[in-house]
Amino acid sequence: MTDRDDNGRDQTTPGFGLPTAGRQPPAAEGAAPSGPAVEEETAYPVPPGGAVEEATAHLVPEEKPADPVADVDLAPEPTVELLARSTRESEPVAEEISPTSPDSPMSDTPEPATRESDLDRGAVPAAPEVADKRAGLKRPAPAGTLIWVLLALFGFTLVVQLRSNDADSGLSTMRQEDLVQILSDLEARDSRLNSDIEALERSRQQLTSGVAGREAALEEANKRSQELGLLAGTIAGRGPGLEIVLAKVKASDVLNTVQELRGSGGEVMQIGGAEGTAVRIVASTYFVDAAGGGIIADGERLTGPFRILVVGSPDTMRPALQIPGGVVASVKSDGGSVTMDSRSMVEVTAVRKATALQYARPVS
Amino acid sequence: MIAVLALLVGVLLGIVFHPSVPQELVPYLPIAVVAALDAVFGGLRAKLDGIFDDKQFVISFISNVLVSGLIVYLGDQLGVGPQLSTGVVVVLGVRIFGNVAAIRRHLFRA
Repeated sequence: MTDRDDNGRDQTTPGFGLPTAGRQPPAAEGAAPSGPAVEEETAYPVPPGGAVEEATAHLVPEEKPADPVADVDLAPEPTVELLARSTRESEPVAEEISPTSPDSPMSDTPEPATRESDLDRGAVPAAPEVADKRAGLKRPAPAGTLIWVLLALFGFTLVVQLRSNDADSGLSTMRQEDLVQILSDLEARDSRLNSDIEALERSRQQLTSGVAGREAALEEANKRSQELGLLAGTIAGRGPGLEIVLAKVKASDVLNTVQELRGSGGEVMQIGGAEGTAVRIVASTYFVDAAGGGIIADGERLTGPFRILVVGSPDTMRPALQIPGGVVASVKSDGGSVTMDSRSMVEVTAVRKATALQYARPVS
Repeated sequence: MIAVLALLVGVLLGIVFHPSVPQELVPYLPIAVVAALDAVFGGLRAKLDGIFDDKQFVISFISNVLVSGLIVYLGDQLGVGPQLSTGVVVVLGVRIFGNVAAIRRHLFRA
């Protein structure tokens, strides 16, 4: 497969409008089949360094035959030159023409060739041309300097671009529209999150106040249930109060005493018999005279002397019992006895079972 | 050889001075670098073909850079800057591939 058949070469060159760097138009390319040609180099008076080397190398086969045969073979030289140009590709022919030069023309160094041409054929027009080209190599033309500068600039910008691309994280190279878009996105997100924060703060406040309200209600309910428990007799209670002992009394005297204590502010009461059993006295407690002595309080049989513990203000309850015609006076007239003892701490330990209401319901 | 030296000098200058890219040049510098890369590969290919021409290389280098920059600028003005930059990069990439393929055929005969 030759170069022409392969892709890329002929397709890319005319394919796009931008100029192809440093390349000849297709016409000039057709004139130079493959490999460097002397004809093209003569068309440009100042070729770059590589072209000079090739040019001097190709001058060699012209001069080689002149070396061994001296001036005798001057006459056929044009034909040899033509042959050398047309059959440069085929190595065996070139070696037939110049049998004395073992080196192939391509690998020969330009120095001996030019020296030979200077010595032997100073008048040949090829020699000054070579000298010109060697001078061009040493002293670059303005275009060559410009290439120098351009390539240096290219390397410089390449490194700068690579570095800058490496350094920034991406935002600084973005376009203004993209940045504006990103900014507005961020602002929208910000406001959305702010409203989220507000809503969450509100619900937190609500929950906190709800918790506080619930705690207060619970506390209130606890307090109320304890108060009600004390009243209903389901929990034990204590506080300042009186210890009253009644001896040789009937149930009606006990009931009078309890009523008088309630009337004078007694809050929690219990009554105990001689056996040590105690009954909590609540609103529904009843006292009945038992057959064979003693009383029955709330179904519990108690025998005297009866010991009543009451929590309340002793200074109020004691005079209430002792007023003339009161409890103490009537018990004594019936033949019983009452002893009262003020206590700073009375413990009412007897409790009743809570009863579930079967019919009554709160109105509200 | 002298070209490679020039390239190395430029790279060293870039590393030593390490300048920051001016803000106005930020969209154009990458495109310009790619265009110059295309020109350099084209020049290398022409050199291997033996048809390298100084003047043509210089002119094509500069015009490549200027035209690519102009296209990107025009795209920015029209509001299709990113798309047009992508198009320029694609075109230059195709050309670089073609040039590199030719160079490869020269160097490896394959």
